[in-house]
This record gives sequence, C-alpha cells and structure tokens, in this order.
Amino acid sequence: MKAAVIVFPGSNCDRDVQVALRQSMEREPLMVWHKESSFEEVDLIVLPGGFSYGDYLRCGAMAAKSPVMKEVVRRAENGVPVLGICNGFQILTEAGLLPGVVMRNANLKFVCKDVLLRVETGQSLFTSKYESGTTIRIPIAHHDGNYFADSATLRAMDDRGQIAFRYCDSDGQASNAANPNGSIGNIAGVYNETKTVLGLMPHPERLSDPALGGNDGRAIFDSLVEALS
Amino acid sequence: MNERAVSPQVVREHGLDEREYDLILDIMGRRPNLLELGIFSVMWSEHCSYKSSKKWLKTLPTSGPHVIRGPGENAGVIDIGEGLAAIFKMESHNHPSFIEPYQGAATGVGGILRDVFTMGARPIANLNALRFGEPDNPKTRHLLSGVVAGIGGYGNCVGVPTVGGEVNFDASYNGNILVNAMTVGVASADRIFYSAAAGAGNPVVYAGSKTGRDGIHGATMASAEFDDNSAEKRPTVQVGDPFTEKLLIEACLELMATDAIVGIQDMGAAGLTSSSFEMASKGGSGVELELDKVPCREDGMTPYEMMLSESQERMLMVLKPGKEDQARAIFEKWDLDFAVVGHLTDSGRMVLKMNGEVVGDLPIDPLAEASPEYDRPWTQSPALPELPASAVEAPPDTGAVLIKLMASPDLCSKRWVWEQYDHMVMADTLVRPGGDAAVVRVHGTNRALAMSSDCTPRYCKADPRRGGTQAVAESWRNLTASGAKPLAITDNMNFGNPERPEIMGQFVGCIEGMREACTLLDYPVVSGNVSLYNETNGQAILPTPVIGGVGLIENLKMTATPAFKNADEEILLIGETLGHLGVSLYLREAGWSGEAAPPPVDLRAERRNGDFVRGLIQEGLVSACHDVSDGGLAVALAEMALAGDIGCRIEAPDRLNPPLHAWLFGEDQARYVVSLANAGSVVAAAAAAGVPACRIGKTGGDLLTLPGGEPISLCELRQAHENWLPNYMGVAS
Repeated sequence: MKAAVIVFPGSNCDRDVQVALRQSMEREPLMVWHKESSFEEVDLIVLPGGFSYGDYLRCGAMAAKSPVMKEVVRRAENGVPVLGICNGFQILTEAGLLPGVVMRNANLKFVCKDVLLRVETGQSLFTSKYESGTTIRIPIAHHDGNYFADSATLRAMDDRGQIAFRYCDSDGQASNAANPNGSIGNIAGVYNETKTVLGLMPHPERLSDPALGGNDGRAIFDSLVEALS
Repeated sequence: MNERAVSPQVVREHGLDEREYDLILDIMGRRPNLLELGIFSVMWSEHCSYKSSKKWLKTLPTSGPHVIRGPGENAGVIDIGEGLAAIFKMESHNHPSFIEPYQGAATGVGGILRDVFTMGARPIANLNALRFGEPDNPKTRHLLSGVVAGIGGYGNCVGVPTVGGEVNFDASYNGNILVNAMTVGVASADRIFYSAAAGAGNPVVYAGSKTGRDGIHGATMASAEFDDNSAEKRPTVQVGDPFTEKLLIEACLELMATDAIVGIQDMGAAGLTSSSFEMASKGGSGVELELDKVPCREDGMTPYEMMLSESQERMLMVLKPGKEDQARAIFEKWDLDFAVVGHLTDSGRMVLKMNGEVVGDLPIDPLAEASPEYDRPWTQSPALPELPASAVEAPPDTGAVLIKLMASPDLCSKRWVWEQYDHMVMADTLVRPGGDAAVVRVHGTNRALAMSSDCTPRYCKADPRRGGTQAVAESWRNLTASGAKPLAITDNMNFGNPERPEIMGQFVGCIEGMREACTLLDYPVVSGNVSLYNETNGQAILPTPVIGGVGLIENLKMTATPAFKNADEEILLIGETLGHLGVSLYLREAGWSGEAAPPPVDLRAERRNGDFVRGLIQEGLVSACHDVSDGGLAVALAEMALAGDIGCRIEAPDRLNPPLHAWLFGEDQARYVVSLANAGSVVAAAAAAGVPACRIGKTGGDLLTLPGGEPISLCELRQAHENWLPNYMGVAS
C-alpha cells in the first residue's frame, strides 16, 4: 500500500500519523505539501490533525480551498480512499467530501482526553479489524468537534450506514454523559456514501502504541493496509 | 524624527534614575537622543539586565558532567546520550498576564518556545507554573480562565504538548499572578545554535512576523510595581500568533539543517534592540541596521517604535555571506517575511540608519555588558520557632480531614485545567499530567525525559533558605519518583520589590538554600529567569522560586507512576517521619494562624532515599511510586488510590513516635510511598542501605482506610477531589 499525508501550514499531527502509518504499512508514507497541485498515485490519502492556516477562519475552511485539495477531491471522487483526522475531518466537511458540519464544542472549551467510541460497523475499509459494536478508547483534542447535520441528512446517513463512530459510555451506550462536545447523536466520525472517505474527530494515531497507554487506534491503519495492499 | 527632547522628565519616564543617566552620559560622551535613551532604558531594565539579582545568581552551581551549556544563552543545554541534547528554560510572563490574561499567557508560551528552538531544538513539551490570588478574590476566576485559555490557545495550535505544571492559590497573588512557562526541546548535541555572531560584512537577516506598535516598553513595564492604574498598561501587552510561530519553528529547523547560520536569536523582551545587541556583543562585533528595511505592520513607524516593539514571532539571524537566497527560499516556502536588514561591522558600535541617515549610534560593549549591577541591601528573614507536633490538637476523624484537604484549592484535581491543553500531540507523552512528573519519550529512541515544576512558596516565606532548599529537593524527588535520574534545573525567581531589604533578603535566602541543594544533589542550574517587582500598592507576593527540573530515563520501560496497579500489594513508606506540621496544609485547613518554621530538608537523607527508590524502579521492583509532599502521607496515599482506582488499608506502625495526625499529615521531606507484591527483600535492602522503610498497609478494595478515621469510599473521595475546580469555575460537573 502507498499512502500520502497532506501537510498544510499549521498541520501538527502530520508526523504522528506518519509514524502510525509507517508502523502498519512497514514503509514510508509520502508527505505532500499543500502547494502541490499534483502528486504521485497512492492508495490512501490522509488529512492530518492540526490548525491548518491557523484555523483563523472557520476550521478547515481555508485548507479546503488550497491547491492540493482540488486534487484530493478529484481523486476521492474517483474512489481513492481518504482519511481525515480532527482538523482533517473539518477540512473534509468544508470541501464537501463529507456531509454535515463541525462546530465549536458545546462548552466552548478545547478538550483533550481519552474517550470511548462505539464502532458502528466493522464493514468498511477503515474498520474491518474491529467487530461491529465494539467499544474502543481513543483520545480527542479539539476546540471544534461538535458535529451537526439536519435530521433528513442524518436519517439518510443512518440508513446508508454512514455513521462510523459514536461517543459512548463503558456499556457502549451513546449517552449524554459520554458526549464530550455536544455532537448530534454522539457522532464522532462519518463516512461518505460509498464509505471510501472517513472523517473522525478522535486521534487513532495517538493510541497506536502500547507505550502511550493503549493500542485501540492501530486497527484503523491495519484495516487499511489489509484492504489496500 | 525624534520629536521629544530628552528632559529629566523623559528620563524618569523611561525608568532610569539619575545615577544611571549619568552613566549613560559617560558612555555616550554626549546627550543621547530619544531613540538612544529608549534603547538604554530597555537594555538596563531589571527584566533585561538582572541588575538586582546578578550578584546572587552567580553563586549558583551551573556545571556538571551533563551540562553542555549553562546560563547566559537563550536556554540551558544538557547531554541526554545517544548524541542528543535537551534544551530547556522557564520564563515568567507575570505582569502582562495580570493585565491581559489570554494574550499575556499565550505570548509567554510563545516566547519560551522561541528561546528553545532558537538554539536548534525541536520543542517536545511545555509546562506551566501558575499562581493566582485567593479563590474569593473577584478577579481570580477571570484570570484563571483567561490564562488557561491563552496557554491552550497557543500551545495547542503550535502542536507542542503541555504536559505538566502547577496551579496554586494564595491571597498574596491577588494583585500579581504568576505565569511561568517552561519549554523542553531536543536537538542533536553537535548541532546547537548560539547567539554570538561575528564576521564583518555578514548579513543580518530579519524573519517571521512583521513589526507593529505592540509591546513597546513591555520590558520596562515588567520591571515596575503595579498600582491602581495598571489596567492602563494594557497597550504594552503583545498579541500572539501561534500559527506563525508554528511556521517559524518549521522554517528555522529547516534552515538549521543547512550550514547557512552564523548566529541566531529570537526577538523577545526589548525586541530588535536586545537581539541585535546580544548577537553583536557576544560575537565582539559591531552592527549596522537599515531600519527602513524592517518589515512593518503599519506605515510611518519611527525608529524608536521599531527598535522597542515587542511584536511576537520574530527572529534575527546572521548568515554566512552568500546564503541569503537559500534562506529566503525556505522562509518564503513557509509564507514568512524575510529581509536583509543590515550587516555586521568591526566598529564595536551599533549604527542605526533610516533612509540612509544615521538616527542612532551607540557603543555595544559598554551598553550590553557594563549595565548596572547592584548589591542591594538585604535583611535576613527572622527565624520562626519549630512547632512541636504535640502542640497541635488531634482531629476527631482523620478521614474527614483527608477529604477536606483533597478538596482544597491547592490539592484538588487540576483536570479542568489540563484537559484544555493538548497534552498528547507529537504522540510521545508516556505519562500524562496529574502525577509527580510528566514523562515524554525522546522521539525515535528508547529514552524519555521526566520533567516537573515545583515550589512551596509558603515555606519560602516562613524560611527562605529552607524553602529554597525544599523547592530544589522536591523537584529532584518528583523526577526520582518517576524513575528518572535528575540532571539539571531551570529556575524562575518570582519576588517583590528588591529595593526593599526584606524582599531582597527573601531572594538571598532562597538562593542560598537552592545553592546548597543543587550542590549536594548534583543538580545544577542551566538556565533561568528573574521576575521582580511583583507587588501592588506595596503588597508583595510570597517568595516564589519555581524550579523546573529535567531528568533522564534511559529505558522507558523502567518507569513508575503514582497509581496503585494491583490489589493485595504491600505499601511501604520510605524515609523518616517525624511528623513536622509547621506551615503544613493540615494546619492551614485547620485554621491555625500562628507562625512556625517549615520542614527542614536533610539533603543527605534526600539523596540516599532517592537513590534507593530510583534503584527499585529501575530494577522493576515496585509497581507504584509517589513522593510525599503537600498534605503529607495521607494525601499521597489518596492520590495513589484515586489514580489507580484501588483502595488501601493503612495501619500506623507500633510504637508510633509522633502523634497519629502528625504521622498522617506531617510534611517531612525525603519521603516516598511505594507499593509492591512482596516487600520483604526491599525492606531488608533498605535496612542495609541505611534507608528508613516501613510497611504501612495493603492495597485493595474500594475504600481508603486510615488509622483514626472512618473508611472513605474512593467514589466520595474522587468527587470531592474532582469537583472543587469545575464547581468553582461554574461548570456543572
């Protein structure tokens, strides 16, 4: 498998996801600068976390208009899988590759902590190494992770199995108490209609190494390697 | 251009006294113009010149086998093996953070980050030691909320994890909060960049953000007391742009991988003035700047404004000749301003030109190095009586006291603070905030750095010398409790007005205590910062010498954390317990208002006990380890139980010497609590090493049971511990 990590000015999890990809792929991902309008063919494109362009406008809004994103959108439309983590998720919604929007956290504060997620389906390129309905622990770190879509969109997304992860408690229930940012339906991550694009607020690359206190995130990268190799 | 004439009034407004002005006339051989006066004013401000503290700082030990570069550079440098160096420093941003908490704290973080990456290190961790006024003070919530948001806003965006620190409250900080920010970075030991710049003709290059009118006279403001009109000083506070800082880090590190740089220096306090002076002075050069080349944010800025601006995210470099285009390409790639603004000369003078006309001309060495140094009069703080434990009444229920302590502002959980900081970015945080020391892996290696910040200001007030010793010892102990070998410290000396002999006496006492501890623990000072004049209307803060410590873990698998890991383990108390209650939190919560001496620190016992405990951790013999500090043994046990969600039952040893409450809550130094499956061989080894170690109970269950008290459910204890701060900040828990 070949993967590319897009580096925007202000990306700050590009190295972290590079390390996680290298571990699962056993080869180096390509790092692509935001000013590039084309880059070599790859099997996976990753948009990392961070504060692209400072997030001084709406999070992800500037990055969505950068030269490289035209190419990312074109390839995504041709079926190349795209993974957006945190700021990468925000960029994907701003670029129109994923439905809904990600707003400021309900309590208006940045939050960094481990959360529990329910894997809504193991039937995707990104999650085949998880059992459907399993609970995993992965950190979040964001100021703007409050996912919203209107009820018609949400119903359609639900019908098509586009909800990837929900924040849940230790019993796997998507309770209010387990919702760290006010996201509608406790949604932590969503797919596009063909399930080739995934955006999620939690950072799987931050718990892909037992030395860091957990390994639950690694299966995302391992699933991709298995599906795309 | 410099409209205002230099009158005695103008000299005073620049914070210079008559003696200092006479010295200026001597050095210049003529009257300075306004621009030149402004330059003298910032260079000789307390903040930049250390004129009151220099004499005493020089007495601290600064060398050791691990020290690559001690004080005098942007940050200290120590050897951490495998060809790598750790570069670190702590710096205060107290005055601006009180005036404008968000930007004050944010730019404090930005400034200390620049001090570290200026030297070629990638920053890998931030810590913050914060001190606020009493919770009932009407400003405390606003300041706490703003400072935490500012630290997070900057650090989170830059992408350096904020992994540790302290948050404390005391009425003495009502008018002067403390915001001390520390950055730790890692560089190749053979690629460290210094500020000294030599070579006549070499280009002087400006890079980063544009220069604006913000922060003019920030250093001078930070060198004076506050009064009721301090809010009027808001325009002297700078505004931070963490996005530009992130770009600047990447661009500088990219340029540093080439061989283009002769010297590099960030523009911190006193901006372009102090950066250019320091580079030229250390390199024995002269410098000529063409100020019309400086990238400016607004039109019509005068040379005075450009030289004194403290706009953030700016760097000054001297390049090798002919390397300008290579460097420009890197900065342009990162969309940063880049301009050649002058060149080095061999004149020993700083010549400032604007549109070809000389607007300032000053000798460098006399100004930068012959700045005033004062031997301020000082008086020793009066010695306070030792308080015998028997003089303090026993409480009816030790459990109830413990709950009260765990829910007190100083000891309660600071989760509300550190969950607003990204403490995991860079994916190397091995031990997260909330324990003794944060532990961060050195990327790509099996090594890790342990780091913490420590100070107990109420001890320093009661006995500056003991307090200074204790601050260093506690730092050393915190690193040891994680399994690290403590290597070196940075110090951030926060005090009141040094022109008052009793304040100067506190400073001298703390330094003496620190010197003793640093010497005996082989724990040298490699960098530091002094913040004086932390007073409002004559009310000084508690003396607060904050110690930022860095230690090395050679095998990251051999570390310990405070959390109990397993039930049915034995709990050992290591170190001697005499039951010292003077200046303890127990006494404070009991409302005891008399004066007493703080705990003495036996540095030989500290070293012996610590070396023993570190050995246990490195051999993998203990499953949990915690140092005993504020609140004593009972609080240490409660923290271990909550962190592991495993209870414990504690029994006092037979023939207990101090009264039970003094055994539980006394703050004797040089002590640790460890838990382990089988204590027998460790107790024997301790006896052989001359280290006091006694079995005090077992882990297990969901209750914490202290002798002399009702059992406490961990659930109840956790609520008390976790809820105080969110409730105080008005957040439903």
